Amino acid sequence: MPSDASPATVPVLSVCGLSVDYATARGVVHALDDVSFELASGETLGIVGESGCGKSTLARAVVRLVDPSAGTIRLGEEDITHASRRQLRAARRDIQMVLQDPAASLDPRWTVGELLAEPLAIHRIGSRAERRGRVADLLRKVGLPPEAAGRRPHEFSGGQRQRIGIARALALEPKIVVLDEPVSALDVSVQAQILNLLTDLQRTLGVSFLFIGHDLSVVEYISDRVAVMYLGRIVELGDRDSLWRRPAHPYTRALLDAAPRIDGPAVPTGPGLSGDTPSPYDLPTGCRFHTRCPIATELCRHEAPATRELSPGHLVACHFPDTGAEPSSSARFGSGI
Amino acid sequence: MSDPIPADPVLAVDGLSIAFQTRRGLLPAVRDLSFSVGRGEMLAIVGESGCGKSLTALALLGLVPTPGRVTGGAVRLEGRNLLALDEAALRHVRGARISMIFQEPMTALNPVLTVGEQIMEAILEHEPVSRKAARERTLALLERVRIPDPARRFAEYPHRMSGGMRQRVMIAMALAGAPAVLVADEPTTALDVTIQAQILSLIDELRREQGTAVVFITHDLGVVSRYVDRVLVMYAGRKVEERDTRDLFADPFHPYTQGLIAAQPRGLIAAQPRGLAARSQADARLPGVARERLTEIPGTVPALAAMPPGCAFAPRCPLADDLCARTVPPPRPAGSGLVACHHAGESHAI
Amino acid sequence: MALPDTASLPPTRTDFRDRTVGRLLRRPSALVGLILLAGILAMAGFADIAFPGDPLDMAGTPLLRPGDAAEFPLGTDMMGRDLASGIFHGARVSLLIGGVAALVSLVIGIGIGALSGYYGGRVDRALMRVTELFQTIPPFLFTLALVAILQPSIATITTAIGITSWSGLARLVRAEVLRLRNSELAQASIILGASDARIIFLHILPNTLAPVIVSASILVATAILTESSLSFLGLGDPNVVSWGGMVGAGRETIRTDPHVAAIPGVAIVIAVLALNLLGDGLNDVLNGKGERR
Repeated sequence: MPSDASPATVPVLSVCGLSVDYATARGVVHALDDVSFELASGETLGIVGESGCGKSTLARAVVRLVDPSAGTIRLGEEDITHASRRQLRAARRDIQMVLQDPAASLDPRWTVGELLAEPLAIHRIGSRAERRGRVADLLRKVGLPPEAAGRRPHEFSGGQRQRIGIARALALEPKIVVLDEPVSALDVSVQAQILNLLTDLQRTLGVSFLFIGHDLSVVEYISDRVAVMYLGRIVELGDRDSLWRRPAHPYTRALLDAAPRIDGPAVPTGPGLSGDTPSPYDLPTGCRFHTRCPIATELCRHEAPATRELSPGHLVACHFPDTGAEPSSSARFGSGI
Repeated sequence: MSDPIPADPVLAVDGLSIAFQTRRGLLPAVRDLSFSVGRGEMLAIVGESGCGKSLTALALLGLVPTPGRVTGGAVRLEGRNLLALDEAALRHVRGARISMIFQEPMTALNPVLTVGEQIMEAILEHEPVSRKAARERTLALLERVRIPDPARRFAEYPHRMSGGMRQRVMIAMALAGAPAVLVADEPTTALDVTIQAQILSLIDELRREQGTAVVFITHDLGVVSRYVDRVLVMYAGRKVEERDTRDLFADPFHPYTQGLIAAQPRGLIAAQPRGLAARSQADARLPGVARERLTEIPGTVPALAAMPPGCAFAPRCPLADDLCARTVPPPRPAGSGLVACHHAGESHAI
Repeated sequence: MALPDTASLPPTRTDFRDRTVGRLLRRPSALVGLILLAGILAMAGFADIAFPGDPLDMAGTPLLRPGDAAEFPLGTDMMGRDLASGIFHGARVSLLIGGVAALVSLVIGIGIGALSGYYGGRVDRALMRVTELFQTIPPFLFTLALVAILQPSIATITTAIGITSWSGLARLVRAEVLRLRNSELAQASIILGASDARIIFLHILPNTLAPVIVSASILVATAILTESSLSFLGLGDPNVVSWGGMVGAGRETIRTDPHVAAIPGVAIVIAVLALNLLGDGLNDVLNGKGERR
């Protein structure tokens, strides 16, 4: 993995070879397998994939809600892979998370003011009065009126609650915010409000986002770079433009084709994927995508492809990536598969 | 009414109104809704949560749950008003002439019966055939919905199947009586995008081959743009616009429709001819990816109990004036369809 | 300029507690329970004013029936003790034992349940084995044995009831804590860097309060019944009057003068009924059977 960053440009987050295994009643699930990426200061990395691809596990592992079984997680230069709860406390000021369902993550008995002051109280930041001022400041930042501080979460609409969730994650002025499907439960017009808010916050605060999503147009909109995951692995990672214009991995291509969009072609352009995602308890040998891949060969069935760099910053894990040189949209919509 | 009526509508809804019975009286949730669907046509009803689209879907089968009830209008299926039928007669029609699939098939499938048995039941319910014949038909149906290895799947229980497979079973069951109309309420919302594509192409193929009319309830405009012939946009219980799909996306008339489309995060391809302003703004950001601001629709949908007297969208609408605040705009012909707005056409940019 | 969906907020609703009490009072059964309980509390509170002397003193002719003498509205027992005085002073003992015993089992039950549910794993397995041990021994026999060994007094009776009746509560709290521990509520706190104590005491336990309050009212009722049974069997505190003891004392004259046993018996029934009605009402209101919001 490229880790030649000079000290001046140390990524705010670097994940290397991260794996997470869960022991369940039905056996061990390899939820995450050898995942590596870096997140630069002020950028948004989107993680996209279907259910069971490990994107939520990745989000939870990065904030150390689940314990990794291999690999390392670095915040700046600090290795937090095996940090204890106590050691993590300081690191938590740098990395925060917005969960998908604010209705479930905000204590219904607390007022919004108390909820927003809590992170400051936990880290003993400021006096009571200072915290009050900070709460008002946070509310303003996320576009809520100051009166909101006296209300309880259930009095707000879904979009407003997500604003509270975002404000709470920003209270400690973190360098990184992990966003786990933050707009999936929202209607499209409210979703637009939240996406605009996130963009504005990033511009003014310079915070980095790790954005987990399943809606391709949302991920495309918000991300600078995107990682596509399938069954616990990153199959392709690159900057948004090259990924969308020239998807190299057959799965990325199928995913982009399958998601209809109002500005896209009127008919599906590829044959589409057949079959279901294999069970995570019984992973395919070789390349995990070979059971559904339209171009799989004998090699794919036996040997897992190594990750290689197609062009600077564009990584793909496939034996037969589409390296078509033409950056036109015909590459994407042609019947290349 | 000058509905864009298909030549020979299989299903014609006329002035449908649904209300919730509350302690403070009736709260209208769907008002004066009219539309029709022709043979083999796919009509989408789109709108955000609470607009009344799911309630409408249920009303088409006489399934409005309490405390809701239909307070007016007619639902004519092949000329017969379903709202005038009693429960016994309705049961005859349901499954045979009109059937429905839901977002979460698990809630509609019986967990203690194999999927084959359930589809057989659905056949035997409506037709006096032998069990052997029903079994054969079931296997054919499973094959029809592209379930691999139907004989083995026949004996499987629903919880053992994936979400996509379950939705296929639901579709097979819905097709058991060869209905004229299939109502699909967010059938792919719970599914992954590659599975969603499979299910949608299946529905699309079935309606083309069997001439089943499809009423498709969804919030996903992307899906609408790819699979649907005609779109009906609902807002706060009313139809605000009904158009041929291509026209709707090319040139939406109603300010709400315009807002919905503009709020959709759009990709590179559409945003290709980008202004220099957007670029330079983005240059301040590190990796330098441009990002247009999405259009927001200000405010929120009014609560059922606090519906404004005039146009329900007026409080959020950039074109609203006194007229809008006072009177509900009636649907009027516009382009290939209808729009219910006093000012549609005066401005196209929201 | 587009205003986000935040320009307007709904009007503030009244406080959580106000609404709970208000909804409780709108339920006839819960209201009856509350009134009866208030009556019993008043009896306990005013016992010394209404009946100044020792209720165990011989005050008048034995075995007076209610209405025989204006001085003794509920009559007297075979020792000439004033039954009305006994009922008032007995209310004090019954409520005290019921309340404190319930408190003891709440502390043990919540403590064990919270530790077990929050930490899981080995802690959970060990604590749950202990809980099961307590569950398998019939609680009344267990209490009886403890009191017999420790010598009956208000303190030993209360402790014995407390330490034999927490197991159900512990399992209930464990289930709730386990659910909340894995919820986004706890995860959000962990990500903020909150300590375990903070998460348990500020976020998890307050959200398990509803079912705990409901079972607390039932625990009090059960403790009152257990104390009465002990006293009836002669294992009550001999130095104080209790309803169970009064029923026991009336046993010998039950054929000739049934009121001596019946009057304290009715008092027990009313107290237990009141607590159960209240518990049911709380269950409906707190656990969402009533209208939400």
